Amino acid sequence: MGVLGRACLILALGVALYGIAASLYGVRTGRREWVASGRRAVYALAFLVTVAFVVLEVAFLRSDFSFDVVASHSSTTTPTFYKVTAVWSSQEGSLLLWIWLLSLSSSLVLFLTRHRLREVAPWATATLLGFGAFFALLLVAFAPPFGQTATPPLEGAGLNPLLRHPSMMIHPPMLYSGYTLFAVPFAFCVGALIARRLDAEWIRSTRRFTLAAWLFLGVGVLLGARWSYSELGWGGYWAWDPVENASLMPWLTGTAFLHSVMIQERRGMLKVWNASLILATGILAVLGTFLVRSGILDSIHAFGASTLGVPFVIFIGVLIAGSVALVISRRVELRSEHRLDSLLSRESIFLINNLVLVGLCFVIFWGTFFPLIAEALTGTKASVGPPWFDRYTVPLVLALVLLSGVGPVVAWRRATLASLRRTLLWPAVAAAVVLVVLVPLGAGDRPLALAMFALAAFVASVVGQELWRGVRARMAMSDDPAPLALVALVRRNRRRYGGYLVHVGIAILFVGVAASSAFRHARDVRLSPGQSAKVGGYDLRYVKPTAELANEKISLGAVVDVRKDGEQVTTLRPTRGFYPSRDVEQFGPIGRYFEGEATSEVGLRAGPTRDLWTAIQPDIQPLMPIIAEGNRRFAQSSGDVQGLVIAAIAARYERQPPPATFRIIVSPLVTWIWVGALIAVGGALIAIWPVGAGARRRATAGYAARVAREIQPAPPARAEPAARTRARA
Amino acid sequence: MDPSRKRKIRLVVALGAALLLAGALAYTSFSASSEARTPSQLAAGSDPGRSYQLTGKVADGSVRRQGATITFRVRDRDGTGSVPVRYTGTVPDPFREGREVIVTVRRQGGVFVGERDSLVTKCPSKFKSADQPAR
Repeated sequence: MGVLGRACLILALGVALYGIAASLYGVRTGRREWVASGRRAVYALAFLVTVAFVVLEVAFLRSDFSFDVVASHSSTTTPTFYKVTAVWSSQEGSLLLWIWLLSLSSSLVLFLTRHRLREVAPWATATLLGFGAFFALLLVAFAPPFGQTATPPLEGAGLNPLLRHPSMMIHPPMLYSGYTLFAVPFAFCVGALIARRLDAEWIRSTRRFTLAAWLFLGVGVLLGARWSYSELGWGGYWAWDPVENASLMPWLTGTAFLHSVMIQERRGMLKVWNASLILATGILAVLGTFLVRSGILDSIHAFGASTLGVPFVIFIGVLIAGSVALVISRRVELRSEHRLDSLLSRESIFLINNLVLVGLCFVIFWGTFFPLIAEALTGTKASVGPPWFDRYTVPLVLALVLLSGVGPVVAWRRATLASLRRTLLWPAVAAAVVLVVLVPLGAGDRPLALAMFALAAFVASVVGQELWRGVRARMAMSDDPAPLALVALVRRNRRRYGGYLVHVGIAILFVGVAASSAFRHARDVRLSPGQSAKVGGYDLRYVKPTAELANEKISLGAVVDVRKDGEQVTTLRPTRGFYPSRDVEQFGPIGRYFEGEATSEVGLRAGPTRDLWTAIQPDIQPLMPIIAEGNRRFAQSSGDVQGLVIAAIAARYERQPPPATFRIIVSPLVTWIWVGALIAVGGALIAIWPVGAGARRRATAGYAARVAREIQPAPPARAEPAARTRARA
Repeated sequence: MDPSRKRKIRLVVALGAALLLAGALAYTSFSASSEARTPSQLAAGSDPGRSYQLTGKVADGSVRRQGATITFRVRDRDGTGSVPVRYTGTVPDPFREGREVIVTVRRQGGVFVGERDSLVTKCPSKFKSADQPAR
C-alpha cells in the first residue's frame, strides 16, 4: 500500500509538471487540444492525490504501524473518529490534505469554466498546477507521508490528547478549504493579467469560489476560537497568536476583495487594487500554511519541523516577485475606466472600507512578524502582546462596523446629503437610544464597548429598514403577504440581501466580543471541598471531587455548585484528563499514567446573556508518594494489577482530596459571538447559492443593458436620470 | 480648483496619513514590545520596570505550588543558567517540567513575576518529545 501511495505522489508531481507545460504550450501556439490536455492533467492530479489520501486514511484506520506517520500519530486504542482525523495532525498528512483540497477545487473551477475564458483559463490552469507541483514536491522530497519501517512497533504513540476534540474533524479541513479555494481567484487573476483580459469576467467566473473561500476560512477561524474557548483551559477565544493571525490575514484581504470587486464589476474601476488584493490574499494563504508548518514563530500551534522552511520561503518569494512584476507590467491595461465621481458615493465608502480592512491586515501582519522585524533591525528578538494589537485593531474594527452600516445605503456614483440624512435618520436614532439606555446601566465606563453596542444597533436598523422598504415596495406591486414578499425580495437579489445578513451577523458577533472582553470577571482561586468563591455576583462552591477512569485517561474533577443570591443556578463539572506518558523509564509503570499530557474539560454553562465557565487544575502533588510506592511495588505486575493500583490511587484522590486550583470566568454575551457567526454563515450561503436560470437571465440582461449604455453614451439631457436609475439598481 | 490638482492633493493627504499611521505603528511596537531573553541573559542583567519574554525549559524538580501561585525555574534550552519565576493563575495544559515555555516576565526583587495569561507552552507536535527524553 505504501508503494501505491508513493507512486501516486510521484505521478502527481509528474502530471502537474506536464500539465503546466501542456497549458503553456497550448496557449502560446493556440492549439486547443494541448490546453484541454493541461486541464485534464488537473483532473488526473485530483484522482492521484485522492488515491494517496485514501491510502493514508486506510493505513490510519487499520492502525498499520509499518507507516511511520501512523505509528507516531495514532494507536490501536485511539477511537475511530480520531483515527480519521489523526491523518492531518501530522505534518505530512496535512500537506497531503492541502494538495488534495487544492486539486478538488481546481478541478471544479476548471470544469465549470471549460467553455469560457479561453485566453485566461490556460494560464490559470498552469498557476493552479504550479501550486500543486510545489506541494507534490514537498510530499515527495521533504515530508514523505508514506515512509515505512520493516519492523513496525506493536503500538503507536496515539493522537495528541490536545487534538482530541470534535473540532479536529472540521477545523483544519475548513481552514485548508479556505486557503486552497483562494488559490482559484488568485490563479484566474494571474491568468487575466498575463492574457491582458482585465475586464470583470474572471472575477464573475470565480466569484462563488472566492465567496466559498471566504466562508470556509471564516468558519475555520471561528471553530478554532470556539475550540480554544472550550478546550485549552484558558477561557479565551482569541489570543493574537501567530497562527490565529495567519488565518485571519487572508480572510481580511479576502473580505476587502469581495467588496472592491463590486466596483470593478459595475464601474470598471480599482483594477490595480483588486488584482493586488487577490494576489496578496493568495500569498497570505500560503504564508498561513507556512507559519503553521514551519514553526518559524513561537506559538502554541508551532508544530516544529523546520525542514520545510527553505522551500516555502523560496516559493513565497517567487509568488511575491511574480505578482509584483505582473501588476507593474500590466499597469496600462489596469487603468480605471472611470474616475471617482464624489467622495459621498458607494464607491468611496467601499474604498474606505477596503483601506480599513487592509490597514487591519497590516497591523496584524506587523505584530505577527514583529519578532523577525525586530531581530533584523536591532539584533534582538522582541515581540508585542495582545494590548498592542488591541490598541490598533479596536478602533479599526469600530470604523469597519460603522461602514458596514453606511455602505449599503449610499448610492453609486454620487449620493446627496439629503438622501443620506433621510435613510440614516432612524438608524442613528436607534444607536442613540442604545447609548441612552446603556449608560445608566454602567456601560459608560467602557466607552469602546459602548460605542460597539451603538454601532451594532445602527447596522441592524439600517438592514432592518432596507428590508422593510423592499418588502413594502414588493407588497405594493404584487399583493403578496409580507413573509412571501420577503422571500421573493431576497430571492431576486440573493447577493445583496445575503450580504446584508452577513453585516448583521458580524455586528452581533462584535457585540459579543466587546461585551465579553470588557465586562468579564475572571478569578483564579484555590479551593478545598466545601469552600466557595464569589465571581461576578455568583457564588461557586466546590462540593466534592470526582475521579474516573475511562477512554485511556484518568479524569480528576470537581462538582461545583453555582448559586446567585442563594438560589441555585446550575451545577458545573469541570475535569482534567491525564493521559499516560509512554516513558516508563522516567516516570515508572504507575507514574507514567499521571505524568503524560493533560487536558481540560471545562464546565461550561452557556446562556444568552452570560457564560459560566470553569476549569480545574487538581493538585496531584500529594499523590506522588503513593505513586512512587506503586512504582516500586508493582513494577513487575501485570497490566490488570497496575490498572487496579491506578484505580485505587484515583479513589484515594476522591476520598482525601487536596485543594484544587479553579479558574472561574463569568463572561457576558459570549453566545452572541457564535450566534452572530451562524447568521453571517447563513447570509454567505444565501449569497453563494446557485441562481436559478430565470434569475441569471435577468442578471445577464441587466449587465448587457449596462454595457450597451456604456458604449453608447446617452444624450446629455437624459444623462442625469440614467445615472439615477443606475444608482437605484 | 481643477480636478487633477484636487486628486493630487487628496492623494498626498492620504499617503501622508498612511505614513503617519505606519510610523506610529512602528514606533509603538518597539516601545511596547518585550525583548526575548534566555534565562542566562536575564540572569546577567535586567531593568526592574521592563518586561521581557523569557524562553526556556522548565527546570526539572523546580515546580512548587502555593495556592494559585506556581514558582518554578526556567533554564536555558541547552545549558545550565536558570532564573526563578513566579506565576499566578492557571497554566496551559501542556505545562510540565522539562517542557519549553514562553512567558512574559518583569523583575521584582530577585524573582521574575510572570504576567497573567502570558505563559505559553510549546506543544502539539512536541507530544513526541515526551517519548524521547533525549531531547
